[in-house]
Amino acid sequence: MFSGYDFDVIQRSLPYLFREGMTFTLTLTALAMAGGIFFGTLLAMMRLSRFPLLNLPAGAYVNIMRSVPLVLVIFWFYFLVPYIAAWIIGAPRPVAVGAFLSCVITFMMFEAAYYCEIMRAGIQSIPRGQVQAGSALGLNYWQTMGTIVLPQAFRNMTPVLLTQTIILFQDTSLVYVISVTDFLGAASKIANRDYRLVEMYTFAAVVYFVISFSLSLVVKRLQAKMAIIR
Amino acid sequence: MYNWQWSIYLQPAADGSGTWLNYLLVGLLWSLATALSAWVIALSIGSIVGTLRTTPMKWVVRLGNAYVEIFRNVPLLVQMFLWFFVIPELLPKGLGDAIKQMPPPWGSYVPAVLCLGLYTSVRVAEQVRAGIQSLPRGQGMAGTAIGLTLPQTYRYVLLPMAFRIVMPPLTSEFLNIIKNSSVALTIGLLELTGRTRAMQEFSFKVFEAFSAATLIYLITNLVIVLLMRVLEKKLRVPGFIGSASQAPAGH
Repeated sequence: MFSGYDFDVIQRSLPYLFREGMTFTLTLTALAMAGGIFFGTLLAMMRLSRFPLLNLPAGAYVNIMRSVPLVLVIFWFYFLVPYIAAWIIGAPRPVAVGAFLSCVITFMMFEAAYYCEIMRAGIQSIPRGQVQAGSALGLNYWQTMGTIVLPQAFRNMTPVLLTQTIILFQDTSLVYVISVTDFLGAASKIANRDYRLVEMYTFAAVVYFVISFSLSLVVKRLQAKMAIIR
Repeated sequence: MYNWQWSIYLQPAADGSGTWLNYLLVGLLWSLATALSAWVIALSIGSIVGTLRTTPMKWVVRLGNAYVEIFRNVPLLVQMFLWFFVIPELLPKGLGDAIKQMPPPWGSYVPAVLCLGLYTSVRVAEQVRAGIQSLPRGQGMAGTAIGLTLPQTYRYVLLPMAFRIVMPPLTSEFLNIIKNSSVALTIGLLELTGRTRAMQEFSFKVFEAFSAATLIYLITNLVIVLLMRVLEKKLRVPGFIGSASQAPAGH
């Protein structure tokens, strides 16, 4: 089965795969995670607000994002972002934004919907009495949220947030559909150039597996640790 | 500044099969066909693996865990490529060539179904395991106490309860499989998203195409959620309130 397996092509392409491809994948994952958690938390606070003007649009946004495939969302933003950029800076024609920025915005906006649901569960896991205690002390909404509720919500939800980030890391491979050179894109380019599909795709699978699996072990350990403290 | 043209849906599609709307709806049928076939695989393998992982047999549990970790930690797109490009090369030459020469769309439909089926089976297995483990331990013990064998305990006591508990998470897995079937466009399956992309390329009506697809996905989701809600109500165990502990992470 491995008689015709060409390990050499993998070794030759390692610098390209990791320096170009994996750097893109990891940067995209990190930025999308940071942005996703930030906007996700804001969305969660909006969804839990008692004002319909805040909770209805947030709910609609989250539900729509969660019911369409990521591939479709990637296409949407790839074509939509240039128009939005033009609208923001008042340019008469769509602005070329670049694949990287387009990907970052897409994943931030898409993952925000998923992080929102996690943060919502996190905020709801804090007993209401703590919020009331905050108001009784004379703290306003942002003070209560910022100093009492959110720190605990983040703490309780850290394992789930990280699990979602592992999923995000795997999902970034889908930027392939707009021909961006992430890790899988780089592997695929070499696979097609040298006609080494078997080698490159199995290697890509192994790399993704090793990274995701080790991260999931970290999450598991964290979960066990937190379970004792709580 | 973008020139909307909603009448595009009623204009003839590039492949000459009818209107663009018709073209997209055929895409929806392909998405559903892919998702349903894959769901059969996912549900059967997932139930078996999930159940085996709760048994007292240590090496079976370990094997089940390994299966789950492998399919959970490789991106769906990579798995899709493995099924489409790599597996036919690794099989004996005659069989591999036969697979490669399957006429379209079957050449991409079959790998897509296998890939999505196994990918989702792992998620189903996790839900089924969580469902069984959420039952009070006394139920299994009671089964043993009245003289049931282990398979009988599962058949008559644990599984009928567990499957009802995991209905809601399984519904969301089914919705996921429909969404995930869009990844099959990368191996050339013209399902809903693939056809949307084709419509955008041929008609240059980018946002009309994407809006229609978004709406079709939303309606499909809504219909399935409503149907499943009816089914859940029918199958509910009277007086039993319980749910599998479900982590909200996912996609």
